[in-house]
Amino acid sequence: MGEIKVKDKNIVVPGEVLAVGMDYLPAGGAFRDDDEIIASQVGIVSISGRLIKLVPLNSKYTPKRGDKVIGKITDVSANAWFVDIGYYTEAAITLVEGSNEYIPRGADLTQYYAPGDYVIGTVTGVSRSNVSLTLKGPGLKKLGEGRIIYVNSAKVPRIIGKEGSMISMIKNMTDCRIIVGQNGMIWLLGADPEKEKLAYDAVKLIDERAHTQGLTDEIKKFLEEKIGGKK
Amino acid sequence: MGLVENHVAQLIQKGIRFDGRKFDEFRRISVEYSISVKSAEGSARLKIGETEVAAGIKFATGSPFPDTPDEGALVVNVELLPLSSPDFEPGPPGIRSIEYARAVVDRGLRESKAIDLKKLCIKKGEKIWMVMIDVYSLNDAGNLADAIGLAALAAIKDAKFPKYDEKNDLIDYTDRTKKGIELKHLPVSVTVIKIRDKFLVDPTLEEENAMEARLTVTSVEDGRICAMQKGGHATLGFEDIDKMIEIGIEKARELRKFLK
Amino acid sequence: MTYTKRIDGRKFDELREIKAKVGIISRADGSAMFQIGKTIAIAAVYGPRNLFPKFLQNFEQGILRCNYNMMSFSGSGERVKPGPSRRSREISYITENALLPSLDLKDYPSSVVDVYIELLQTDAGTRCAGITAAALALADAGFPMRDLVAAVSIGKIEDKIIVDVNKEEEDYEGGMADIPIAVLPRTGEITLLQMDGFLTREELKEVLNIARKACMQIYNIQREALRERYKNGLS
Repeated sequence: MGEIKVKDKNIVVPGEVLAVGMDYLPAGGAFRDDDEIIASQVGIVSISGRLIKLVPLNSKYTPKRGDKVIGKITDVSANAWFVDIGYYTEAAITLVEGSNEYIPRGADLTQYYAPGDYVIGTVTGVSRSNVSLTLKGPGLKKLGEGRIIYVNSAKVPRIIGKEGSMISMIKNMTDCRIIVGQNGMIWLLGADPEKEKLAYDAVKLIDERAHTQGLTDEIKKFLEEKIGGKK
Repeated sequence: MGLVENHVAQLIQKGIRFDGRKFDEFRRISVEYSISVKSAEGSARLKIGETEVAAGIKFATGSPFPDTPDEGALVVNVELLPLSSPDFEPGPPGIRSIEYARAVVDRGLRESKAIDLKKLCIKKGEKIWMVMIDVYSLNDAGNLADAIGLAALAAIKDAKFPKYDEKNDLIDYTDRTKKGIELKHLPVSVTVIKIRDKFLVDPTLEEENAMEARLTVTSVEDGRICAMQKGGHATLGFEDIDKMIEIGIEKARELRKFLK
Repeated sequence: MTYTKRIDGRKFDELREIKAKVGIISRADGSAMFQIGKTIAIAAVYGPRNLFPKFLQNFEQGILRCNYNMMSFSGSGERVKPGPSRRSREISYITENALLPSLDLKDYPSSVVDVYIELLQTDAGTRCAGITAAALALADAGFPMRDLVAAVSIGKIEDKIIVDVNKEEEDYEGGMADIPIAVLPRTGEITLLQMDGFLTREELKEVLNIARKACMQIYNIQREALRERYKNGLS
């Protein structure tokens, strides 16, 4: 029989021994070295039975097929756009995938999206040196005026919340439009600039406190107090 | 203009900044002196919001310039470290670093005669003190210019001359005197930016990107201007400049209090 | 035998006072400050990101590029002329080698992870402080690591092995051996080993054992610094 060396919800750092013994299985940012399960990142331990999972608090975004991401157009060629999605290699949108509408060959692609524009797209393929993105699909488009917030991609699930509960709450309470990219880039536009700032503050608060419990209530209270104070 | 810059400008026109500050409001400023006291004769670390810089003073002796035989020397070096932003590359100081060194720090000190260079003379025609000011950016969250200017002043205030054996021209860097660098003035630089037709101080990164023009105004206590530098691609009218100078002088008065 | 007491009164195996903090540079992907005694190192990590010129790229994995620099006013005598020196280039290189064993950059082919280290003040042990700060910054950035890397300068004056040499000891008149060491704390594997001076094989064994213990202490402080960031939920 082995031994679990840490408690559920502990914050651990790389190199820390989480468990000893062959009975345990590593998951997430935990790995096995010989008979020990070790943490490879700064993160929170999640123990369920024999599964020792490490949920990283900060991680580099790795695109997966199906991810909806926000990116900034950095370059345009004759038949593709190149997008910075916060990954070490840029994503490419081919002419064919550029829009729900038909784009003719030979068209000047900068008329559609130019360097500096932000778009929301879906990842269609990931290989070692290429990521392909499509802007064909419901809700995919070039983004209009608004703010771009950068958070670590590890925090995105908390910002969205269970079945979107957290992000919906913020949208409703602040009357803002918010689009959250899986890559940690978030677009925000408020009808009212002050409420827009509130939504921004709420997202930043989740970013800082993503690892804590009862976050939904905390954010709700935070927004209620701020909005209430204004009346 | 990009999406974010557009939005910044739109909100500014409505009188609102992204972070809720007033147009003439600086982010929180904090100064820490003697941060490198073992190595540097004077040093300081200064933060404006999340923007942070470190400055240090080193003394050396040398020969005066032939045309100013009884004046010491001030040497200013500013480096925008790659440590402080993904936009800065390693290598010798680029044009931005040089602009900050010359226009923000050096000119302000020199033109205001804040430091009496004659007091840095050891022996006329032969030996003078050289005061070397190095300022490094540690984090660029906007408005490096003002942070650099203030940090340089803070480091000068913190400085103490090292023990000096005049006969043998030997500096003992391990031993300091109680004598500091006399500052007759505190020339404080304030950068005022223009977006649409509004003026703001202490811009964040997004505001810097949305900026049309900027004016860095360096002034002394009685409101006289000792240096100015315009930047940005748009033009400025006389009234713009007049207004920006007014803001610059007023803010300089407030900032000066942080150096007391 | 005259070195019976350390110049600053420390025990022979005692580290100087350490302060460590992470997340201090908001623009960076990861950052840390590590201060040991009067030596202050700041490290920032950017990447993985595009690497130019292209011929430097490695198609099999990302490369680690370290840049160690002393601020002009951080030396112990005259002002240090800005810019890279042979010493700073050597230290940049050994820092890369000290950190690489803890990282796996196969997931980021052809890219670069840039680590910048700046010294604000120096009192010996600078390369070790830089490596320790850099490891913290990499962990702060979220890079998967086999272990952190902790580094310390071990010295030998006469027959005494001393931990965490300061400048006075480094300049000791009678001469001394200076041994910077970096380890992966959990297994004690060594990622940096340099030496100036004379040592016997037995003395080296003792040095390595002592170094491992000292690095374990440093690891605990690194650990607390990383956890501190999340304890109050405030960055």
